[in-house]
Amino acid sequence: MFERADVVYVFDGSYEGLLCCVFESYARKETPRDVVPELDEQLTFYERRYVSTDETKAGRVERGIIKAARTEAAETGRLFYLTCCQEKGITFLLYAQICLTYGAKTHLMITDDTIKKVREAVSHLTREAHQLKGFVRFSVNGSAMTSIIEPKNFVLPLLREYFCNRYRNEAFLIYDKAHKAALIYSSGESDIIPVEDFEEPETEDDEERFRELWRLFYNTVAIEERENPRCRMSHMQKRYWEHMTEMRCTQESGVRNQGLVTGRGGLHGGKKTEKTARREARVCDLSCVQYADG
Amino acid sequence: MDVFDKLQLLTNSAKYDVACTSSGVDRKGTGAGIGNAEGCGICHSFSADGRCISLLKVLMSNACVYDCKYCVNRSSNDIKRTSFTPRELADLTVNFYRRNYIEGLFLSSAVVKNPDYTCERMIEVLRILRTEYRFQGYIHAKAIPGADSALLTRLGYLADRMSVNIELPSRQSLERLAPDKSKASILRPMGLLTERIAENRQDMVVYNHAQKFAPAGQSTQMIVGATPETDYTIINLSAALYKKYGLKRVFYSAYIPVSDNPALPSVDTKPPLLREHRLYQADWLLRFYGFDASELLDQEHQNFNPYIDPKCNWAVNHMDIFPLEVNRAPKELLLRVPGIGLKNTERILTARRVSKLDFTALKKIGVVLKRAQYFITCDGRMAEGLKITPDSVMRSLISENRQEQLMREQNVQMSLFDNTITRGDVVKCLSGQM
Ligand code: SF4
Repeated sequence: MFERADVVYVFDGSYEGLLCCVFESYARKETPRDVVPELDEQLTFYERRYVSTDETKAGRVERGIIKAARTEAAETGRLFYLTCCQEKGITFLLYAQICLTYGAKTHLMITDDTIKKVREAVSHLTREAHQLKGFVRFSVNGSAMTSIIEPKNFVLPLLREYFCNRYRNEAFLIYDKAHKAALIYSSGESDIIPVEDFEEPETEDDEERFRELWRLFYNTVAIEERENPRCRMSHMQKRYWEHMTEMRCTQESGVRNQGLVTGRGGLHGGKKTEKTARREARVCDLSCVQYADG
Repeated sequence: MDVFDKLQLLTNSAKYDVACTSSGVDRKGTGAGIGNAEGCGICHSFSADGRCISLLKVLMSNACVYDCKYCVNRSSNDIKRTSFTPRELADLTVNFYRRNYIEGLFLSSAVVKNPDYTCERMIEVLRILRTEYRFQGYIHAKAIPGADSALLTRLGYLADRMSVNIELPSRQSLERLAPDKSKASILRPMGLLTERIAENRQDMVVYNHAQKFAPAGQSTQMIVGATPETDYTIINLSAALYKKYGLKRVFYSAYIPVSDNPALPSVDTKPPLLREHRLYQADWLLRFYGFDASELLDQEHQNFNPYIDPKCNWAVNHMDIFPLEVNRAPKELLLRVPGIGLKNTERILTARRVSKLDFTALKKIGVVLKRAQYFITCDGRMAEGLKITPDSVMRSLISENRQEQLMREQNVQMSLFDNTITRGDVVKCLSGQM
């Protein structure tokens, strides 16, 4: 590919901006040291060159990728833009160069470092989006439903179609606290908009009642003899817990649902510390996961 | 009794059913109502035992007239009895669903009064959900053995998946422990479902808008460790169920003692979780890896090796076909290499079209070299510096978790490589005598 030039491309942070960096690299027949969004103030020894965003150029690059390496390759690029991959800018540029150079062969180049990085980042993104399809929790207040998530990747575009279809006759909002954006939907229209801050409204009695019922179900359905916190943690990482009804403190009692804490009535009793529990971790339940050992 | 108490009791009675998945049907929601379904299934939470929670899994009622000895709901057991009204349960489901707690409902029931009555109550819940709420989420319904086939058929048109639990893997055990059931009473509804599902698929082809009957198919569950059947019996039964009845899934449930009946393992027996794990692994090999039950176990080897998984076990007993040349081996054989899974096999097939693969490339693809290295060559070469001693092979084929697990379950103190297990054992194991 082109020779490395001692320059860092700076773009406006948009997907189109990123595509324009690819254009720039072809126009100058060079590969920059790095590609960073303008908000990234990182010190660098290299010259910073601002690449302005131009819809026409961006369109040309994207069509070029589609023409050379098919729609899937372009789609992968788009998804990659949503990931939380480190060095996203430069990796995207290298990825685009591969697509434009090797064309249809790109999808065979599984062992290439850039392709591997893109593949892994995209699968991290899609895995997180898939998990959140299940882990999102809505609070119902009157006619509106609200939810807060804190994903690592920008998953809202991947959740959009799914939730809009599922709750097609409702009005809802999913606030992504990490990326300060929200997916909003009502009467058949949806949008993803930047939102600086969002506070959950006060809960109503009915809402509180269903939360309690859900926590009760959650605590009851676990089988004490099979307790396995390590397995739980690997399927549902701790970072999700804060926004999940069943994993949060119950308001009245302040009991943390970390182990098998009794709901009502006291069927299980006795709570183990996280540490002993981990020591006792057993084989993972395989009823719903893939054959783990390859 | 209020809804809280009912929910607690009826969840407690249902929790031993391990089927949790919401997979097998892809449905976009349309028009009025709420809900959709994803083909791959969605886990909504994981309980403290690490199991997936996807559906609201409860019994309609726990007031059973039958007396299966292994079951908490047996009529002779002294527990509180209660039932949901169909409306209570439908409301609870929709309210949980709206908050995205669940993917849908898993509805089962103890036999109240008689099988037909029980089945009618269940139909009523599903009717409210499907027609009043226009609920298009996932529903798994248990077929009650002994219920009228017209009722079971109605249930099947309202549900996405149906199941009849075999529970005990042999006729003798059923006779001994479930006096009100028989092999026939279980297989009959199962056969009926298989038939209906097949007819319905045919109708779907002929008439565009035929109503769907259990579009996500049929599953079953077997309890492991309550009765003396070996893994060989169980896995052969599973294979037959997949073939003959076209089941989508067979679930395995490690027996957790609920009764001190002398015909059952004593109440302080630990659930055989490792065994259950091995059965799931073997089940995967049957369904996705092209293995035949007879390849995994036979008359002489009736149980899975606790130390290594069934695939490894097969591999170390068939060292004559290894090592395989990754750049040439056909798909069916690549799938049989420990450390190479379904995804990796596909990737290898793709990647080797453009370039020769070496060990570094395999690593990038995601192959677990620690395990695979003993069974493959890249361009004629084994992995560099690889020492093949029985010790080193075993050490890398057995995961530490399994060792711990084994020690706990068998309640013995042993260190795998110090004293209890000798090199001789390892060699024996490698050559399949253990
Ligand atoms: S029929 Fe048997 S297994 Fe089913 S609930 Fe009644 S006692 Fe339990």
